[in-house]
Amino acid sequence: MADFNVNLRGVGSVSVIDVKGYLDAHTAPELENVFNKLLDDRQFKVVVNFDELKYISSAGLGVFMAYVETMRENSGDIKFSNMKENVYNIFDLLGFPILYEFFKDEKEALQKFDSLG
Amino acid sequence: MNSSKNIYEKELLVKSTTDNLALIREFTRNSAADCGFSDETIGKIILAVDEACTNIIKHAYKYSPEGNIFLAVKFEERKFFISITDEGKHFDPANVPEPDLVQYYKQKRAGGLGMFLIKKLMDEVNYSTLSGNKNQVVLVKYLS
Repeated sequence: MADFNVNLRGVGSVSVIDVKGYLDAHTAPELENVFNKLLDDRQFKVVVNFDELKYISSAGLGVFMAYVETMRENSGDIKFSNMKENVYNIFDLLGFPILYEFFKDEKEALQKFDSLG
Repeated sequence: MNSSKNIYEKELLVKSTTDNLALIREFTRNSAADCGFSDETIGKIILAVDEACTNIIKHAYKYSPEGNIFLAVKFEERKFFISITDEGKHFDPANVPEPDLVQYYKQKRAGGLGMFLIKKLMDEVNYSTLSGNKNQVVLVKYLS
């Protein structure tokens, strides 16, 4: 029922995380594992592609809160792309657009990293 | 639908595990749809109920899987009530501060977002303590 899938791929120097399905308190640890792996590998530039994410609760939002500062301290960032309106509305309600960059397409988010070198 | 009184009622009892959140969301979706809410509003009710139950699992039962979570829906006079009852540790919602995202960012944490979301998503939120050490939160959404 509560299916969630997370996939990690490298695009140049950037790590792209594809999230799919339902991200809640039950599935958030799977996403945490991926972020922990990125820290172990010292990969700090991250784009999260939300194209196939149907649902997010605050447990999912909390994962991004927990890791973004570490990424930025190491000249990286977590950027978001391809978010559906209903998912974006939750981020917006909590004020995330003040702290995070959102892009329509993954390509734009990747380019933003490239332009910063 | 109870046609004699024109009141809609439905119940669900689950154990306090996060893998039941999907079941809780489905129960909420079906109930709200039965009462005629739009998809957008159903999405809001589902998230509010998920957040309330997640808080119970995390804070009232501290992830112990043996606790009970009892959900009861009632739809009356164009108001959708969903009461969520647990027998875990009591908490005082007045002691939970409003979240400050910039502070969270600095502290690398994210507590209290759930309660804030519930308040934003629903029309009424009422916390109470029942006899037998039970805690209850009633979430209300008006059908416009």
